[in-house]
Amino acid sequence: MKVSDIVKPLEAEVLCEGDLNNSEITGGYCSDLLSDCIANASEGSVWVTIHSHPNIIAVAVLVGMPCIVISNFQEVDPQTIEKAKKEKVTLLRTSLTSYQAVEVLTKIGIHGTKKHA
Amino acid sequence: MNPHQPHIEIKKEITGGDFSTAGGISSELKNILQQAGLPPQFIRRVVIATYEAEMNVVIHAYRGTFSTSIYPDHVQVVLEDEGPGIPDVDLAFQEGFSTAPAHIREMGFGAGYGLSNMKKCSNQIDIQTQVGKGTKVMMTFWLDPSQVKSSVSV
Repeated sequence: MKVSDIVKPLEAEVLCEGDLNNSEITGGYCSDLLSDCIANASEGSVWVTIHSHPNIIAVAVLVGMPCIVISNFQEVDPQTIEKAKKEKVTLLRTSLTSYQAVEVLTKIGIHGTKKHA
Repeated sequence: MNPHQPHIEIKKEITGGDFSTAGGISSELKNILQQAGLPPQFIRRVVIATYEAEMNVVIHAYRGTFSTSIYPDHVQVVLEDEGPGIPDVDLAFQEGFSTAPAHIREMGFGAGYGLSNMKKCSNQIDIQTQVGKGTKVMMTFWLDPSQVKSSVSV
C-alpha cells in the first residue's frame, strides 16, 4: 500500500508530502515512547504518535519509517515540518485519537509489526 | 587491507539540550554504514545504540563529543561528555530507571530504556563516569557477534 492511500481514510492533513506517491507501507507501529519505537518498530511502517516535536523525524529516519501520523490534531512545531521536508518523511495530522487512527489503518489492511533489535 | 586500521573515522560535537538537531549524528552514521554496504540488521543495532547514547548527552550533559571508527569486521562508537556523571551505574542500567525531568519525559524521552537498549544492541559496552565531571561510553559492535562474548564493564 502506498503512503498516499492512507490520507483519505485517516481524514488527515498532509503537513509534509515526503515521497507520498512512491513510498510503500508494510506495517504499523503505535507508541509515544521514542526508545520503544526505535527498538521495536519495523522498517516501512507507518508510525502513529501523539508527539509532534522535531525529534520524531530522527526516529522515523533511523528506523526507516516513511510516514508519521500525528494524532489528536496536536499542534506541530514548524521545525518538525522543516525537518520532515529535509528528510522526505511524510507527515500527516489527523483529529482521530491514536487508537482510532490504528483502527482505521487496520481496517484498510495495515497491521501491526514488531522487530527485535 | 589492514583489518586493524579503521577505514573511516568520524568525530562530531553534541550540544546538551539541543533537541532540534538531536539524532542527526545517528542518521549520518546510518547513511555512512549503508554506503559501506554493511548488513541492515547490523546497521540497526549500531544506530539504535548510538541514538540512545546521543540522546543521553542531549538530555543530561552540557556538551559532548561523538567519535566512531569503522573497521572491516567491527564498529566502535565513543561518546564522551561534560555533565553530571552517573552516581550509580548499575541502577542506571535498570529498565525504567530514569533521572530525566518531567519536561523531557513529556517529549517521550527519559523513560529509562536508553542504557538497556545500548546494552542489548552492542556486543561490548564500557562506561567510565565521574559524578560532577562527565561520562564516557564506549561501545563495540561486531559484524559476527560470535567473535566476542557480550559483556558489560563499568
